[in-house]
Amino acid sequence: MRLREIAEKLGLEFLVATDPEAEVRGGYVSDLLSDVLAHAQAGDLWITHQRHLNVVAVGKLRAVSGVVFARGLRPGPETLRRAEEEGVNLLVSPSDAFETAGRLHRLLFP
Amino acid sequence: MSLPTPPRHREIFSVVGLDLERAGQVSTEVQRILRRLGVEPEVVRRAGIVCFEGEMNIVLYTPGGRIILLVYDDRVELIFSDQGPGIPDVELARQPGYSTAPEWARELGFGSGMGIPNMEANSDRLEIRSRVGEGTVIRATLFRRKGEAAGNSGKAGA
Amino acid sequence: MRLREVAELVGARFLAGEDLADREVRAGFAADLLSDVLAMVREEGVLLITGMVTAQVVRVAEVMNLAGVLFVRGKLPAKPTVEYAASAGIPLLATLHTMYEVCGILYNHGLPPAKRKPLPHENEPPHPAPP
Repeated sequence: MRLREIAEKLGLEFLVATDPEAEVRGGYVSDLLSDVLAHAQAGDLWITHQRHLNVVAVGKLRAVSGVVFARGLRPGPETLRRAEEEGVNLLVSPSDAFETAGRLHRLLFP
Repeated sequence: MSLPTPPRHREIFSVVGLDLERAGQVSTEVQRILRRLGVEPEVVRRAGIVCFEGEMNIVLYTPGGRIILLVYDDRVELIFSDQGPGIPDVELARQPGYSTAPEWARELGFGSGMGIPNMEANSDRLEIRSRVGEGTVIRATLFRRKGEAAGNSGKAGA
Repeated sequence: MRLREVAELVGARFLAGEDLADREVRAGFAADLLSDVLAMVREEGVLLITGMVTAQVVRVAEVMNLAGVLFVRGKLPAKPTVEYAASAGIPLLATLHTMYEVCGILYNHGLPPAKRKPLPHENEPPHPAPP
């Protein structure tokens, strides 16, 4: 399913939309950059409470389809700027990671 | 002028820097003491959170320090003191998300810049005195609101 | 939902506190950063779903009066941590599923998300000092 459609259905807001047509193949939830580096799959939509600037670099390295900041947590302007440069989709969800992941899971595997 | 009322209960804990195995121990002990003294559950809960964050700050960033618990009829105080590097900009440290944590601390699940904001959110007053190169003293005061606390935990913390 | 059902749904085994398998889980919360658990969880009886296996996780579970801790992706805490949890009455479970899968399974079987607790910066103005 395309990221744009998922965003609409889950009520996610695009903060940086470099490729809203990206294909979302699955999900990954983690707040640890090392864990995402080691285990996330290309095309996963990464849901996190982590606000560190390095999420962009890690997201890019793993080729995730996007990073969703849970709980309405908005990253700083530096993160947004870097995501634009690196071409990483950033979104924000009003729900926490548990609920965002739960709803994404239902959408991808009904 | 009357003299200040002495606390009903006083306890001093020492905290060893970088001792991750025992980190968090003071917080659970503080909660046990408060429960035993009949302190309201809502205050016990908030004190546990405040203490945990304060304790982790000492463990992660300083060679060590101590935590003093003071229990009064109307309030609980937690005083954290350390001989660590100090906080250069206290106002910045009060902002959510501001963090100077090294990568290893982040990978341990700390250093997301919520420590001091979290202490602030769960106490009624948070005083921070810090001098770079000498150390930091944080005093958290939690008022015991006896009327509204009964059995309804977590309400006043938000 | 009881811990026992949680374990069945996500194929988890109890590392500690199996005697508490009938304990009711009121909500789920998924996080690795312990400060976030401390900052965001407001109610008691919450199941923490985490990839963090340090000794502090159990301390946080104790401080927050959580229903239990579910470790994901096959990660296991050290033996002293498990022993401490057992003595403190904190059930620990472990599953091979990822955090995403666990959230998906539990949420879609009706486990509600933990109630929202406003973060400090969402709280304006800050606490008025009591008289």
